[in-house]
Amino acid sequence: MNTRSHYDVAIIGAGLSGLAAGIRLAHFGKRVCIFERHNVPGGLNSFYSLGGRKYDVGLHAVTNYVRPGVKGTPLGKLLRQLRIDRDEFGLCEQKQSRIAFGARGETSLTFTNDFSVFEGEVARVFPAQADGFRRLAELIRTTVFTPDDPVVSAREVVRRHITDPLLEDMLLCPLLFYGSARENDVDFSQFALLFQSILLEGLARPLEGIRLILRVLLDKYRQAGGERRMKCGVARIEARGGRAVELVLDNGEEVTADEVLSSIGAPETAALLRGAGFQPGSDEAHGLEARATFAAPGRLTFVETASVFDCQPADLGWGDDTIVFFNDSARFAYEPPTDQVDPRSGVICIPNNFNFAQGQRMPEGMLRVTCLANYDLWSSLPEETYQADKQRWFSTVQTSARRFLPAVGDAALAAATIATDMFTPRTIERFTGRVNGAIYGAPRKSLHGDTGLANLHLCGTDQGLLGIVGSMLSGITMANRHILRPTTMQDS
Amino acid sequence: MTKDDCKKLVLDIIADIAPDEDLSNVKPDVRLRDQLQLDSMDFLDIVMELRKRNGIEVPEADYGHLASLDSCADYLTPKFNALAAKG
Repeated sequence: MNTRSHYDVAIIGAGLSGLAAGIRLAHFGKRVCIFERHNVPGGLNSFYSLGGRKYDVGLHAVTNYVRPGVKGTPLGKLLRQLRIDRDEFGLCEQKQSRIAFGARGETSLTFTNDFSVFEGEVARVFPAQADGFRRLAELIRTTVFTPDDPVVSAREVVRRHITDPLLEDMLLCPLLFYGSARENDVDFSQFALLFQSILLEGLARPLEGIRLILRVLLDKYRQAGGERRMKCGVARIEARGGRAVELVLDNGEEVTADEVLSSIGAPETAALLRGAGFQPGSDEAHGLEARATFAAPGRLTFVETASVFDCQPADLGWGDDTIVFFNDSARFAYEPPTDQVDPRSGVICIPNNFNFAQGQRMPEGMLRVTCLANYDLWSSLPEETYQADKQRWFSTVQTSARRFLPAVGDAALAAATIATDMFTPRTIERFTGRVNGAIYGAPRKSLHGDTGLANLHLCGTDQGLLGIVGSMLSGITMANRHILRPTTMQDS
Repeated sequence: MTKDDCKKLVLDIIADIAPDEDLSNVKPDVRLRDQLQLDSMDFLDIVMELRKRNGIEVPEADYGHLASLDSCADYLTPKFNALAAKG
């Protein structure tokens, strides 16, 4: 008797893109199963428990926020295609965010979910650049990008409109931090997407953070009839004749599927194939070599500190800023640092500072600071040194970030702090399986999701759409494109 | 089922697929795509809902019949009635 499970579609990874693809496919009556190695869903946007508290990872804010009634946006498309009522996500808008440059953040540009605020700030601080900035924003608004466009450096395009290198860096800083897998630059199409999602649209968050979003997705998936197997990763993909013919799970079980969607990343997926016993010189081996080149992993990874307070951040004087992107140096370096961490620049997130509904607030205060980190230096440390280095860098990172927030005394901050934690590239790799802890994946994206195997497709980070909304749209788009979309139905 | 019933049924499906669209003034003789923000994936969703809710199969070759409410009604009403006669 053959007891092997067969699915219409097997999805590798229960992150946002895998869950969104699963919902979409299950709605259409496909027999779908999501295989997730971890015991918690969410992938790069997830949460963990420590000392009786839940900490979010990944999510600072949901980008792409638009108010009800604004049409033709990624958020609207996402809600539509997953049949999610926008109230289910309970999105509350940010207060205000800033890009703060200089040793004390003396050059600062505020932005909100109203783009005219940011336009006004650029004109106030960089009057000579205001026209160029307007042209750049107009270019981003009106350009229609396709997956077949050649890769163009965002810096080159920005320089055609912005001649002050300080403003150039200040525009790139938040967008690189929130989604570039490429060092010191980003493809212009991605820059435009990020500009749209963060500056032209905006930031929001459910009171409960990522857990609410995951719960909504899991409920939709279950209601649509999707299966999910947790603590059950895919160890190997057997390929024959240009197709993925079998998945071997971590427990040795074998499953088959007509189509496979992998959300775990391009190099990570290629690694599953490499173990599949190919004959050197065969067609498959040739294809894999090509793919291995294309799937070179990224090197950009991060540390993040979290401090929990027994009061609201506003009580300490930190009540205004939602997100602060900071840099203290003459130029903004977005590259793996030579030391374990680069504390010169980073991202501060105060999740309490969203406009939650009347009477609602997070029970405790929180401050998160993210900085670039060096994977090799963290991954090679012995355990005792690792713990000590985490302590040391925690205080360096927090001290650096505090320069860009209103002054709070050391004693007052220490008295309010009731818990702290920090994750490193090592933590990221361990829990997400991302090579090098590279959360934004490979520098070269596979916008069509193709892998060289006819029935194996990528979705998520290495397909190219980023952020919470982007990753869900990636799952939807790849499910539509490769599995649901009939060949004769073209947009016209 | 009358053609008007059929149009109402299609509008109900669109209301569920695209809750943010105002459907109060949809002109039956104008292409849906020209008056609502619907892309080809949304039409695929309409096809899917017709299958799930009503057991109506629309083969790919016939998707063009779903262009406007009038053409939907012309194409789908006989299918609904045939299905009802069978059941």
